[in-house]
Amino acid sequence: MLGGDPHPVKPAPFSYADPGSVEEALDVLTAEGEGAKVLAGGQSLIPLLSMRLAAPTTLVDINRVPGLDGITAGPDGVRVGALVRHARLLASAEAAGVQPLLRRATANVAHPAIRNRGTTVGSIAHADPSGEMTAVLALTGGSVTVATPGGRETVGWGDFFLGPLETSVHGPAVVLDAFFPALPERSGTAFAEIARRKGDYAVCGAGVVVTLDADRRVESARAAYLSVGLVPEVHDLTDAVGGQPVDTADWAGAGELARGLVDPDGDLHASADYRRLLVATLTARTLADAGAEALARMEAA
Amino acid sequence: MTDTERAISVVVNGVPREATVPVRWLLSDALRHGLGLTGTHVGCEHGVCGSCTVLVDGQPTRSCLVLAVQMDGHEITTVEGLSRSDNRGGQVLHPIQEAFRECHALQCGFCTPGFLTTIAAGLDARDPSVEITDEEVDELVGGNLCRCTGYANIKKACRHAAARMRDAAATDVEAAR
Repeated sequence: MLGGDPHPVKPAPFSYADPGSVEEALDVLTAEGEGAKVLAGGQSLIPLLSMRLAAPTTLVDINRVPGLDGITAGPDGVRVGALVRHARLLASAEAAGVQPLLRRATANVAHPAIRNRGTTVGSIAHADPSGEMTAVLALTGGSVTVATPGGRETVGWGDFFLGPLETSVHGPAVVLDAFFPALPERSGTAFAEIARRKGDYAVCGAGVVVTLDADRRVESARAAYLSVGLVPEVHDLTDAVGGQPVDTADWAGAGELARGLVDPDGDLHASADYRRLLVATLTARTLADAGAEALARMEAA
Repeated sequence: MTDTERAISVVVNGVPREATVPVRWLLSDALRHGLGLTGTHVGCEHGVCGSCTVLVDGQPTRSCLVLAVQMDGHEITTVEGLSRSDNRGGQVLHPIQEAFRECHALQCGFCTPGFLTTIAAGLDARDPSVEITDEEVDELVGGNLCRCTGYANIKKACRHAAARMRDAAATDVEAAR
């Protein structure tokens, strides 16, 4: 057998279960109580174990639960199962066709090796405000399906995120899927982030949606940011650009509006002021791209 | 219902292995301490540096970011498994391994196993008849840290290996005619 020698190991001791169904997973979570934690892709959880920032008593690995690995793209939106890896969502032409932000944002999630294992729903359940998919769930007005011993319920993004790494889900629960509504017609999207190294946590990131009216004027402009607040926030920037023709809209003004709306913290990597500057710059840049895309989609339609 | 130790069956570098592992062992722990495959180097141990990258069912994966117990039933390729038999008792290096040697793509060598597994999988997955772009090369190497080379020769090795694989594919097409 292996492990006879006491090799140094980073994670604190825990016990492990790999249930074969959602019901079985909920049974284990109920029996093990507060110290139990769900493990999906593990690309955020396992580093926390190795750094001993988290020390769950039991890991409930859902990787063997059947039926959680589906991507369903329909006219209303895209439903992404709890075991869909970022790499698969990135590769899904159907998902990108219904909601282009999914591909745009997923391409910015870490590095390929991490995208091969990490799950989109897991990163949402992890509720890291520097995560791409938390911002996209907010920006698209999405929701998650949560299974508890009492049944299944849909939780909108605004009720789900409570704080950094904190959601409204308490007690035995498994997030089964996330639903991202479809991009409305006459709309375009863009996503950009600034990181020390491509694939690293963003110092600041922005996802935007611009919708035009039938006269090619800006009807609405909304943005969500990464690494800027404690929870994902969606800011309506229509006041700066609403009613303006898309090709001459004051995107820089919208960036300035956004700069005043956000309230980022400073840290080792960037001061709060620098983050505000990045918000203004990324907002102007992404809105211009999204406006151009909205126009192109209108002309193609 | 829950365990602190598990028996697992894995295929490592083509060899089926049975092992009993503590569930808190990372895959990198199991490879190095359990199987003695010390070619997999452990750097940051939280997914940033890429040194410990191995292939799980052919896909580059950080071995410090999965538990060994989760590998039950899966196939793992480490840097030790990138070379192929030459059917004459020797081994043929993967084109990216040859290219690293030819292009001086390593100095201290600590990060090299992670680069080799990641790039080998990326090159094997692409259409070899298409010339590799700078963007593809950046994507191949961007998730791994190297503190010696400044990446110039690593990127050169990627292009070199891709060109060799393109030539080999063309030769195969020619031979099939």
